[in-house]
Amino acid sequence: MKNFSIVPLALVLMLVLIGCSSPAPAAAPTAVPTAVPTAAPLKIVTLKIFAPSSLTDAAKELTAAFEAANPGIKLAIEFGHTPTQRLQFTQGATGDVFLTASQKDMNDAVVDQTIASGKPKVFASNQLVVILPAKNSANLQKLEDLAKPGVRVLVAVVDTPIGKVTLDMLDKWDKQFGSGYKAKVIANVVSNESGVKPIVSKIKLGEADAGIVYVSDAVGAPELKTIAIAAELNMITQLNVAPIAKSANPEQAAAFAAYLMAPDGQAILKKWGFLPGKP
Amino acid sequence: MAYHEKVHRVRPVLGFILPAGLTGILLALPLLVLLGRGVEAGFAGYLSEPSVVQAAFLSVLTTCISLLITLIFGTPLAYLLSRWSFRHKAWIELVIDLPIVLPPMVAGIGLLLTFGRNGLLGGFLDFWGIHLPFTTAAVVFAQTFVSAPLFIRAARLGFGAIRPDLIEAAYTDGASERVIFWSIMLPLSSRAMFNGLILCWARAFGEFGATIIFAGNLMGVTQTMPLVIYNGFETNLGVALGISLILILISGLILLSLRLLEKDTNINL
Repeated sequence: MKNFSIVPLALVLMLVLIGCSSPAPAAAPTAVPTAVPTAAPLKIVTLKIFAPSSLTDAAKELTAAFEAANPGIKLAIEFGHTPTQRLQFTQGATGDVFLTASQKDMNDAVVDQTIASGKPKVFASNQLVVILPAKNSANLQKLEDLAKPGVRVLVAVVDTPIGKVTLDMLDKWDKQFGSGYKAKVIANVVSNESGVKPIVSKIKLGEADAGIVYVSDAVGAPELKTIAIAAELNMITQLNVAPIAKSANPEQAAAFAAYLMAPDGQAILKKWGFLPGKP
Repeated sequence: MAYHEKVHRVRPVLGFILPAGLTGILLALPLLVLLGRGVEAGFAGYLSEPSVVQAAFLSVLTTCISLLITLIFGTPLAYLLSRWSFRHKAWIELVIDLPIVLPPMVAGIGLLLTFGRNGLLGGFLDFWGIHLPFTTAAVVFAQTFVSAPLFIRAARLGFGAIRPDLIEAAYTDGASERVIFWSIMLPLSSRAMFNGLILCWARAFGEFGATIIFAGNLMGVTQTMPLVIYNGFETNLGVALGISLILILISGLILLSLRLLEKDTNINL
């Protein structure tokens, strides 16, 4: 039974890995050049920011504008799935600012003690919109048309936050447009895509007739046609920002959070399709 | 034989044992953990979920169809390439082998831009009322695209390994091309072809990237087992684990059957 000799080796390997992983967070602050003996009077601080992928398009402009206004601070933004990032913090990941796709995720992060209570602020909100290929060969004009037989509709898979919100929105439509509407739209769904970006790409290629995405995604793809969804038929998700409790740069983290709430930051967010935090 | 005895007398050096052991653990540990966690989570209970049952049925159906297509249309191609030589043959072989090493996502985008509604052949297909993306047929397309080259390559090498004097002798005896193919080439390369088919089937069964891009993800229509794992990973780890275990089991059986086949070949030789 030679196999058994593997077990102690595996244990040793695991211990080595665990041993390696604990000093890693301690190494993170080295990203901040603590002792810069150059003549520069300014210490450059790099803020590590975690953000949902819906901010991808707006972030480039936000970063440039913020860095120009704050010469001592550089931003390093990591885009991803908010619930996954929240779990990463509980597993020891460190950073300076956390932006969440929804209120619930931020509440969860406060429960985890990743974020100090009272710190989170709603800095923007997002709504849903129907996107259509530029050609609109299915000739869709209003929301009711999504229920017409044979229309090929793309939505995000229900396991994602937007997929869940989409289903909730269809419940509202069902009440508005008559019973059976939701079932008809769902029967028209040809694929539950893994996220918003694949939906945008496939609609750009004209492979499906309509897709349901965030307004900010549609703003990032101006070549597409859209069908606006009235506020009473729409779902609003609120994006939150808060400095991370264990941040090594609390002052700068607070400055970035404040920038998002200030008129300059709000103007850029508005330009990329986000609504004000408190509508 | 003498070489073998010598090798056995000398003990392996620690310098080899240590990295070899680490590599072995790296490869085996994730699989063992999956097995352990799967059993712990009671994976069998998840296997009766509708999404799993439908995905299993769809996976078996689509891979069998794509295997059949590969066999019927791939064999003549492999035969052509191994039996005759023509201009630019090396380049043609290279292009046909390419999907073996190509990232499947690339294959998916290529298929979409070719057979999609607005793709190169989209208008032609539309004229006949055919719409491929988001259909089960698209799943078969994706699987065939990424897996057929494995079979074609194996069959080509199998045909090529047949001694030319056998073919010459058959010619001299007045055998037609058809008789040579059915009575000599096919039986003598059947093992190589079978090997190729098994590899091809394994590749088709695990297909993910091209499928999700070209065919999409809808339960019972395009959602094969690897797609269920991907979607279940975030919300229903039990389902993902259950299917992972089945796929590990299937992969293991495939490798085992290939081993047995190889042994068999050696004995026959």
